[in-house]
Amino acid sequence: MDFSLSQEHQMVQKMVRDFAQKEIAPVIKEHDRKQEPIPWAIKRMGELGILGICFPVRYGGQGMDYISLGLACEELEAVDTTLRVVMSVHTGLCGMTLLQWGTEEQKQKFLVPIARGEKIGAGAFTEPGMGSDVAAMQTTARREGDVYILNGEKMWISLASKADYALVTVKTDPQAARPSQALTSFIVDLHSPGVKTGDLHGKLGVRAGSTGWISFTDVRVPVENRIGEEGEGFKITMSAFDNGRYTVGAGATGLIRASLEASIRYAQERKTFGKPIAEYQLIQQKIARMAQNYEIARLLYLQVGWMKNQGLRSTLQTSYSKKFATEASFEAAHDAIQIHGAYGFSDEYDVERYLRNARGAIIYEGSSEIQTIIQAGYALGQRSDRPLRCELPAYDPDTWQE
Amino acid sequence: MKIIVFVKQVPDSAAKVTAENGQAAWGEAPMVINPWDEYAVEAALQQKEAHGGTVTAISIGSENAKEALKHALAMGADDAILVSDPALKNLDTQAIARLLAAIVQKVGGVDMAFFGRQAIDGDSGLTPTQTARILGWPALTLAASIKVEGSTVTVERSFEEGRQIVSANLPAVFSLVKDFGEPRYPSFMGIRKASRAEIPTWTLADLGIAAPTPVVSWPTLINPPSREVKCEFITGASAQEIAEKLADKLIAEKVL
Ligand SMILES: Cc1cc2nc3c(=O)[nH]c(=O)nc-3n(C[C@H](O)[C@H](O)[C@H](O)COP(=O)(O)OP(=O)(O)OC[C@H]3O[C@@H](n4cnc5c(N)ncnc54)[C@H](O)[C@@H]3O)c2cc1C
Ligand SMILES: Cc1cc2nc3c(=O)[nH]c(=O)nc-3n(C[C@H](O)[C@H](O)[C@H](O)COP(=O)(O)OP(=O)(O)OC[C@H]3O[C@@H](n4cnc5c(N)ncnc54)[C@H](O)[C@@H]3O)c2cc1C
Repeated sequence: MDFSLSQEHQMVQKMVRDFAQKEIAPVIKEHDRKQEPIPWAIKRMGELGILGICFPVRYGGQGMDYISLGLACEELEAVDTTLRVVMSVHTGLCGMTLLQWGTEEQKQKFLVPIARGEKIGAGAFTEPGMGSDVAAMQTTARREGDVYILNGEKMWISLASKADYALVTVKTDPQAARPSQALTSFIVDLHSPGVKTGDLHGKLGVRAGSTGWISFTDVRVPVENRIGEEGEGFKITMSAFDNGRYTVGAGATGLIRASLEASIRYAQERKTFGKPIAEYQLIQQKIARMAQNYEIARLLYLQVGWMKNQGLRSTLQTSYSKKFATEASFEAAHDAIQIHGAYGFSDEYDVERYLRNARGAIIYEGSSEIQTIIQAGYALGQRSDRPLRCELPAYDPDTWQE
Repeated sequence: MKIIVFVKQVPDSAAKVTAENGQAAWGEAPMVINPWDEYAVEAALQQKEAHGGTVTAISIGSENAKEALKHALAMGADDAILVSDPALKNLDTQAIARLLAAIVQKVGGVDMAFFGRQAIDGDSGLTPTQTARILGWPALTLAASIKVEGSTVTVERSFEEGRQIVSANLPAVFSLVKDFGEPRYPSFMGIRKASRAEIPTWTLADLGIAAPTPVVSWPTLINPPSREVKCEFITGASAQEIAEKLADKLIAEKVL
């Protein structure tokens, strides 16, 4: 067993940290206040290769491993959650699903531009009437010759108005024996006729991010854009979540670190009753909890990254990581605000933004309740991993460079 | 164009450097590539992009100086060399310059030798000129831009008093300021290459010279005396009144 990061990992960490700290940190507050994305951020992440970090070079990626993906997410979210959300949906939900389930032609056609950051991807599952209950979705696709006709609406979709492509799961067989066999996934060109998108405003957090809706009215999607077989959409969506949740867990770890670092700085400077507040045990208790939770969250996501590198299924471990880190990040931000006293309640400091940004991740990519149900299912033996027709490929340092 | 860029591993600029038992100490602070050298690597890569050729990063130091070299490789340098020898101890800038000149000779065929304007630990900024002197090459220091035409180089120098245009023949030694733009981030491909690179180590025997003798030694380092600083807020009903009070104080304290 080896818990150390390789030199390569450390250099990746530093590179992404330098980018986020130098370019994003100075401007994020202003964009969060205005509720507007930083217009150049996604493009810049593409230029630097961050968006395609874990894809093989032959598919337009940077040929790094899955641990590097996690490390990048931690560094990005330590500055702002909206950057990590891009990784979750573009790289995790969309790109990695293409890597796992796409045919060679689909990888060449869709994954290559996504890995290069030339096209932006999203993942669209949630609808106005459903979120957790994936099998209950109402958007439909019906086959007519060589095309499928899509109708319906997806809501709460990150990058809805920014993305070029979305991995969309819809109902193709309302009569299916089991609801989970009724679904099929597609990669949909969001510039197709009949697609409309828009942004949602008034969000509690990720205000410098784009979250919106996509509506489909008789949208013709070629059969070549179907990912997997008809009826495989539920499994594909669950695989997409395994990848997306990993990035969420890793990112939330960065948010814990950000709250911890801000708290340490402030607690050493702020004095009450003649002493820096860092000297009071009640403050130390909060700091110790953040430090401990940071360590736990970090180990949990690195375990998942390691399992992915080995080609092992990590649905359960990903669930532990995602649930633990997102809840701990909210708690850490809450404690950080408390340590900052009234200043923590103001957007003069970053910690109030951390709290608002941490909240959403306890809901999206499988709420904490859904994670609990998954974990209990494994513990009670009601749930186990069955082999998938297409597994996420293990990381291979040599073939990844080809 | 054959370009050498010299890089040094120094304590992070955020580190608090103090004297302990006559030696410099910086606690647990990490060592990083000298920030000025990062600009030099950037400038070297720009020259390579403009004229073709190679960029070789070279550092004198212990094994951990490889980190600075790996950073240069990750940014895009073609190769790197570490110069390390147990006999190299307590060197002054003159001794370092002798070593660097020997390295330049051993590499051979070098057109341009790049330095950052100074290292943030010693802060002397002397090494580039001293190296040029030993090599008998022109020293184009504080370069803000570099234009190469054939074997002639024109440099715009930037210093407090203004700007100066100078030209010289290659090969030449350059020390560089920040005007070449922010150093690029390492690319992922560069990171992979750097982390796998086997960096060769040259010893004095490889250079064919004895350890140069320092002429300046640092028998001991002492911390500057700590100063008591008092902070006083001057208040008043109007800006006028505050300014008057301040002026009186400054006169009373004989500052004015
Ligand atoms: C900022 C943000 C970004 C998002 N980005 C995307 C995106 O890119 N793509 C996408 O498809 N979706 C996205 N979503 C939607 C997100 O995935 C859903 O909100 C989430 O799946 C929960 O679904 P819901 O909101 O419909 O809640 P519901 O499913 O209606 O659940 C409501 C509450 O009931 C709980 N609950 C549900 N079922 C059970 C049960 N069986 N037992 C106990 N409790 C239960 C839930 O945990 C939740 O607390 C995003 C959401 C947000 C806030
Ligand atoms: C919305 C809002 C409205 C307000 N309205 C008013 C108002 O109308 N009038 C008014 O006078 N003030 C008001 N305040 C200020 C408020 O009363 C102070 O914020 C509060 O007293 C805490 O002081 P502080 O912010 O300076 O935090 P600090 O006193 O600096 O404390 C920082 C942190 O250290 C903790 N701490 C301090 N000492 C110790 C110790 N010995 N042991 C353990 N922990 C310690 C605190 O609990 C806190 O978590 C308001 C604040 C807000 C946010």
